[in-house]
Amino acid sequence: MIKFKLNGRDVSVDVPDDTPLLWALRDELDQTGTKFGCGVGQCGACTVHVGGRATRSCITPVSSIEGAEVTTIEGLHPEGKHPVQEAWRDIQVPQCGYCQSGQIMQAASLLKDYPDPTDEQIDGVMGGSLCRCMTYIRIRKAIKKAAAAMREETASNG
Amino acid sequence: MGKLERIAAQQDRAAGRGPTRRGFLLTAAGSAFLFGFAREAKAAQTFPASAGLPGDGAFEPTIWCSIAPDGVVNVNVIRAEMGQHTGTALARIIADEMEADWDKVKITQVDTDPKWGLMVTGGSWSVWMTWDVFRQAGAAARTVMVEEGAKLMGVSPASCIARNGRVIAGSKSISYGDIVSRAHPTRTYTPDEMAKLPLKPASERRLIGKDVKALDIPAKTDGTAIYGIDAKLDGMVYARPKLPPTRYGSKVVSVDDSEAKKIKGYIRYIVLEDPSDTVPGWVAVLASSYPAAIRATDALKVTWTPGKTANVSEKDIIEHGRKQIAEKTGGSCVFNDSGVDEAFSSAKQVFERTYTCASVLHYQLEPMNALARLQDGKWEIHCGNQWQSLFLPVIAKALQVPESQVIMRSYLLGGGFGRRLNGDYAVPAALISKALDGKPVKLILTRSDDMLFDSFRSPSIQTVRVALDDQKSLKGWEHHASAGWPTGVMAAAFMEKGADGKPYDQFAIAGADHWYDVGPMRVRALDNDLADATFRPGWLRSVSSGWTPWAHEAFLDELAHELGKDPVDFRLSLLTAKGRNVGSAPDSVGGATRQANVLKRLVEKCGYGKTQLPADTAIGIATTFGQERAMPTWTAGAVQVHVDRKTGVVTCQKIWLVLDAGTIVDPDGAAAQTEGGALWGLSMALFENTEIVNGNVRDRNLNTYTPLRISDAPEIDIEFVESTEKPMGLGEPGVTTIGAAIANGVFNAVGVRLRHQPIRPADVLKGLAEKKSA
Repeated sequence: MIKFKLNGRDVSVDVPDDTPLLWALRDELDQTGTKFGCGVGQCGACTVHVGGRATRSCITPVSSIEGAEVTTIEGLHPEGKHPVQEAWRDIQVPQCGYCQSGQIMQAASLLKDYPDPTDEQIDGVMGGSLCRCMTYIRIRKAIKKAAAAMREETASNG
Repeated sequence: MGKLERIAAQQDRAAGRGPTRRGFLLTAAGSAFLFGFAREAKAAQTFPASAGLPGDGAFEPTIWCSIAPDGVVNVNVIRAEMGQHTGTALARIIADEMEADWDKVKITQVDTDPKWGLMVTGGSWSVWMTWDVFRQAGAAARTVMVEEGAKLMGVSPASCIARNGRVIAGSKSISYGDIVSRAHPTRTYTPDEMAKLPLKPASERRLIGKDVKALDIPAKTDGTAIYGIDAKLDGMVYARPKLPPTRYGSKVVSVDDSEAKKIKGYIRYIVLEDPSDTVPGWVAVLASSYPAAIRATDALKVTWTPGKTANVSEKDIIEHGRKQIAEKTGGSCVFNDSGVDEAFSSAKQVFERTYTCASVLHYQLEPMNALARLQDGKWEIHCGNQWQSLFLPVIAKALQVPESQVIMRSYLLGGGFGRRLNGDYAVPAALISKALDGKPVKLILTRSDDMLFDSFRSPSIQTVRVALDDQKSLKGWEHHASAGWPTGVMAAAFMEKGADGKPYDQFAIAGADHWYDVGPMRVRALDNDLADATFRPGWLRSVSSGWTPWAHEAFLDELAHELGKDPVDFRLSLLTAKGRNVGSAPDSVGGATRQANVLKRLVEKCGYGKTQLPADTAIGIATTFGQERAMPTWTAGAVQVHVDRKTGVVTCQKIWLVLDAGTIVDPDGAAAQTEGGALWGLSMALFENTEIVNGNVRDRNLNTYTPLRISDAPEIDIEFVESTEKPMGLGEPGVTTIGAAIANGVFNAVGVRLRHQPIRPADVLKGLAEKKSA
C-alpha cells in the first residue's frame, strides 16, 4: 500500500511499486484529467506537481512519491480558477484539449520560477509539452496574461 | 447534389433507410456541452458529464433542436468534437436563425443512430454541410414560436418579431420557454417542409460572425473533459495488442506466454479472428490493469509468418510511383482536356519538375483506444471517432451481427487530424469483448503501438509539366500524382469517377485540379498499390491538398523564374476566372477572381517585393483553394524564412495568411483552426516525417519523431475576407500553402530549389554546395 497526499487529501493505492503514477491517478484514483500521451516523458500530457514541481507522471514510479504531495489539474484550484486556467479560457487556448491539463500544470509551475517570463523562458520551459493542435501561439499569450494577473494579485495582497 | 450528399444518400440507400423521426431525450441540466448517452452514475464508472433527465414537454420541431419549457434550447450535434469547437459553430447557426437566447443554448454530442444520416467529421465539411439544414431547422423553430406566441398574446403573427429567445409584439412579449409550457406546440417539419421556409437575410444575423466563447473549452481547463480513453465501466479488463510484423498478411504461428504469466495482473492472450480482416495477425493481451497489460505484452512471445511486404522501403514506394508516372496509361484523370497531347507534341519547350513528400504520422496525442461491451443485446463501442457511418458496418461485420446491434458512444477526441476517420481501432476491442462473451474490455495502444498501427499520410511523388510555345506562352499542363489511396482502401464506393469514367481517390489528388488558366489540362491520379499493400494509407489533415500544392505552387515559382516573370504577377495573370474557372453558386461564386483577391491582399500585407530583408532572408508565397474545387476556401500564404548557410537550418520567422471562406461563423474558432493548420504545414515542411523501413514506419515515439514545438512557432498574421457568401471549411486550408511557400522562400533567400518535403538542413547544405560548384 503506497500512501501520498493527492490534491490535499490522504490517499493510498495498492499497486506494484513500479506502477507509473499516471496510471495510479487515472485508474486507481479516478483522476482522469491527467493524460497518457507518449509514455516516455517527452510529450508533457501527464504533467502533475509533486512537491510543487512539474513532474512527468508517466515515468514516475508511484513508490517514489510515497508521502509526497501531488497536485493534478483537478486540484490546481478548488474552483478551477487558477490564473493560468482563467487565462486559458480567456484566450481560448484549448482545441482538442488533450494536452492542456499538462500544459496548464507546466505553465503554473513556470510562473513560480519566472513571474514575468520572456518568450525565451516560455519556450525553454514549455518546449517539453507537445500540442498536436499547435495552440502554441495562444499558450504563449495566455502565460503572459496569467503572469500579469498573478503579479497584480501579489501587488494588491502585498 | 454535392459530393457528400451523394455519399449520404448512398449510405442511406445501402442501409435501407430514409429520414425518420425519433424519440428524443432533452438534456437540460449542467454543462452547456453534453453527450447523448444517458450516463450511469456510479462513482467507479466514468462517462461524459451526465446528460440529465429528459425534459418533460420539450418542443422538438426537427431532430436537430428542441426548446424546453424552461427555455433551454438543445442542439444535437453529430460532428465529432476534436478541437474545432464545431458544436459551438453549428449551434450558432441554428440559434441565430431561431433568434434564440445564446445563454440558454446547450449542445449534445449524440451517439450513433440511423436517424442522423451520414455521421462524418472531416474534409473541413462540418459548417459547409450543416449550414443549410441548421438554418432551416432554426427557421422551423422560430416560425412556430412566432405563430404560437402571437396566439398567446392575441396578436397577428405578422405583427411579431422574434429576438433573443422572445416573441415581441409592440410592448408585449413572451419567452420561448413560456410559449412551450403554455401552448405545448407539437408541430414537426419534414426535410421538404423545412427547405421551403424563408431564411433570414445576412443583414439580420445576430450571432453568426460575432465572437463567442467555445462551449467545449471550460471542461478542457479543469480536468473534467472526458475523452474516449477516460471511459470506464465496472468489471472491465484492459487490453493491449501484440502487433504483427506487417500490416497485412501476417499469420500467427505460435504464442508463448510463460514469461507473461509472471506479470502480476496478466489474465490471458487471445489470437483475434477477424471476419472483417481489419486487424489480421493481432494477438490481444488482457490484464487487470493497463500497466500490467503493457508489461505482459512485452513479455509475450509470438511467432508469425510475415506478410509479403516485410522488406518494403519508402524508396521502393516512391520508385514504384515514379514508374507509374512514366507510364502513359494507368490511373484516372480528374481533367483530361482535349488538346493536351497536341500541346505537348507541338511544344517549343517542355518544362518539367518532380516533387516528393515523405510519410507523415498523425501522432494525435490521445493514442488509439476503444472500450467495448455487450449490453442489453447491443454491442456498445465507446470511443472518439470521426466517421461512424463508415466503421459501424465494419464493426458489425467483425462481430457477425446486424448493424442494428451496434452502437458507437460519442466522446471527445484527443486529436483527430483524420486518424479517427479510420475506425480500425474499434474492431479489435469489439472482437476481444466478443471472445469474453461481451465483458467490457478497454483496449489502449501504447504510443509505439499507435505509431506502428497508424494509418499515416502516404509518401507521394508528383510530376508537373507544361508545354510552352515559341512565345513562351503556356499551351498545356499535366500533373501526375502517385500515392497510397486511403479512400480506395477504406471507402472504395465513395471514390469519384474521372473524366475517363474510372474511379479515383479524390483525397489523393484534390488540389491539383487548380483554378489557373494554363491551357488544356491533364490531372492524373495514380494509385500506388505498393503503398496500399504495405500499410493502410490514411487521411491526414488537408489530405492531398496538404501535398499537391507542394508540387504545383513550387512549380509555378520555378516556371516564373524560367520565364523571367515575377511569381506573383505570373500567378495573377493565370487567375483569369474564365471557362471552368468562372465559379458557380453557391459554393464557388466568383471563381478564380476570389483567389486572385486573396493573393493581392496577401502581397499588400506581407510587403513581398518591397521590404528590405537581411541577407539570406526572404519571403515565399503560395496560393490554393483550400481543400476541394467543390468547396473552395480561397487561400494565400506567405512565409518569411531565414537560411543559415553554415548549418543549413531554415527558420520560419513569420507567416501571413489571407483566406476567403465565405461567411465566417465563429471568428475566433476560425482563427484557431487556421493557426493550427498553418503550424501543421510548417511542421511537415521542416520538422516531421517518418520513413517506411522493412514494411513499417521507422519512428515509434518522440525520441526520433520530431513535430514542431513551441519554440519553432513563429508569429502568424491571419486575415479573413469579409463575405456573406456560403461558408466553406477552415479545418484544413491553413495547412495548404505553407510547404510550397517555404520552398519558394528558401529559393528566394539563397537560390537553392528543394523538391523533397520535409526540407532538412542536410538537403539545404547539399543544395548550397551544388550551387557553389556549379
